[in-house]
Amino acid sequence: MNNPSAERSLLIIIPAFNEEASVGKVVTEIREVIPGVPVIVIDDCSIDATASVAEAAGARVLRLPHHLGLGGGVQAGYKLAYELGYEYVIRLDGDGQHDPRDIPRIYEALLTSSCQMVIGSRFIQGNAVPTSFFRGLGVQFFRLILRPILGQWVRDPTSGFVGVNRQALQVFSTSFPLEYPEIEALVVLQRRAFRFLEVPCRMRRRMAGRSSITAVKSVYYILHVLLGVFVNILKFERWRWRR
Amino acid sequence: MDRLLNLMTLLSAVLIVLVLRSVRRAHIRVEYSVSWLGAAAAVLLLSRSYKALEKIAELAGIADPPLALVLIVGCLFLIVFYRFSIIISDLKDANISLAQRVAILEYHLRAFHENKQAQPSGPSR
Repeated sequence: MNNPSAERSLLIIIPAFNEEASVGKVVTEIREVIPGVPVIVIDDCSIDATASVAEAAGARVLRLPHHLGLGGGVQAGYKLAYELGYEYVIRLDGDGQHDPRDIPRIYEALLTSSCQMVIGSRFIQGNAVPTSFFRGLGVQFFRLILRPILGQWVRDPTSGFVGVNRQALQVFSTSFPLEYPEIEALVVLQRRAFRFLEVPCRMRRRMAGRSSITAVKSVYYILHVLLGVFVNILKFERWRWRR
Repeated sequence: MDRLLNLMTLLSAVLIVLVLRSVRRAHIRVEYSVSWLGAAAAVLLLSRSYKALEKIAELAGIADPPLALVLIVGCLFLIVFYRFSIIISDLKDANISLAQRVAILEYHLRAFHENKQAQPSGPSR
């Protein structure tokens, strides 16, 4: 992984919002696993020291002028990566749940498969940390919903540990779901006949802080994502009829 | 039911005054006041024109003309809300794109300055 071509073609992005307690450690771990590969932390207008901690750990920081939410932040990272000419981008969370030691596996899959997206899946080898009953139910629900749409099973549709190639980068630079991007992004790619692959990855407990997803938000999440998936399918149909 | 019509007249007049005041104080831009003023003016006119209301009620199959006005008010304000949802969505998209662009430009600018500082300065004359 420590070769000049990887350094030129791969970029790691970390969307972060008030992650000062964990983002520095995440950046340090990444730099230990893949030294020389640039890391950009997208600071979604944090009110804590996320940006300075990330910079101190050796990352560059893309500072958003105001809070855009996860999708807006990730898309900003994709736009920047596309402009800078990167071939591959791997995104992982700033809370330390994703193990940077899995980055080479995702990068390898991006290089060797012809897939435009590689998802680090918690559920392939059963190595996920225990999650709440309702969250597990939600994941199962979306698996079933996505199966006929994507034409294949996706074991971990809500994973934020994702690698994309330049083709997907181009698409995401112009069209990326803004609020809960993971599931809708899969549909956006599938509608363009792009392919994805899942590889096993380790999931750890977050290093600090708590998940922002509450029971009420979970219901909103499900409804929002369902509507987003439905709208993406409609968009594609319109596009196909126009051709 | 006359009381309902009078109430509608009063409410629409209050709305017109409120919107005009907000426009004067630059709290609402002129282009976004048009929908509110149009809807309020329509309600004001209809609440004072019983014959027109009777005609509309007959067309809509509503027995009571003042109830037709309530229906019209509902429809008018749904249209106004729909229009503003479109405007807000457009503005939010533009806002997100601008924020991303500002962040990316700032990133490039910082990188440019860092590169400039890292370069050895040329021989002084």
